[in-house]
Amino acid sequence: MEYVRAFIVGGTICLIGQILMDTTKLTAARILVLFVTAGVVMAGLGIYEPIVEWGGAGATVPLTGFGYSLGKGAIEEVKKAGLLGAFTGGIKATAGGIAGAVTFGYIMAVLFNPKTKP
Amino acid sequence: MDAVKQHQQEEYQQFIKDKIPKPNLLRNAVAAFVVGGLICDVGQFISNFGQSYFNLNKDDTSAFTAIVLVFLGALLTGLGIYDQIGRFAGAGSVVPITGFANSIVSPAMEFKREGYVLGVGAKMFIIAGPVLVYGFSSSVALGILYLLFSI
Repeated sequence: MEYVRAFIVGGTICLIGQILMDTTKLTAARILVLFVTAGVVMAGLGIYEPIVEWGGAGATVPLTGFGYSLGKGAIEEVKKAGLLGAFTGGIKATAGGIAGAVTFGYIMAVLFNPKTKP
Repeated sequence: MDAVKQHQQEEYQQFIKDKIPKPNLLRNAVAAFVVGGLICDVGQFISNFGQSYFNLNKDDTSAFTAIVLVFLGALLTGLGIYDQIGRFAGAGSVVPITGFANSIVSPAMEFKREGYVLGVGAKMFIIAGPVLVYGFSSSVALGILYLLFSI
């Protein structure tokens, strides 16, 4: 059941992205920026929390979930450390994913070469 | 004779291409939904695995899941598999965090000939850079707003 919920929520978020790509002139890069920012805003408004509760990885794996972690991290840290927390909280909460993406991204880019396009 | 035939065939194919409605909204939507959903299920599996085998707490589980997914996305991009998935799935492969890893590796590989600093090192962030800029800035702004409203 957990997997069904993750599938539905994750699929729906990707579906929204696809509809935006097909019906507007938004490129993939703009979609990613839009989704991350939307995630931060939804974390602030408290809308995304219930989606995460219900959808699990379906809500946290898409980039909106990355934005949600950033926003939630900032709020949690502000509660603990005040103004300083606004600057440290978001990145602290997402540090693993970001460091992983940069490091693995670099390693793979060095190891592999682009495949010739058909 | 063959050349004429080939030319006709090419013309016909162009004619067909013009007739096909583009983009096919329904097909794209279904592909994005299914592939996006499946990638999230892989994430759910990794998350459950981390919780039960490494006894990770909630925060560590989400970090663990993100790191493993980003690794898989980067590896599959290097192997050329992720782009094949992407051609089929569109946003279904772009929106998950694996797509974020893909957006780092693709341009970095492409610009390797420009060197390891301004080629790989800089071009990694063509798409990831803006994502981080807007993500970080808005999270800092949100933290400050939260502080102001909670006083």
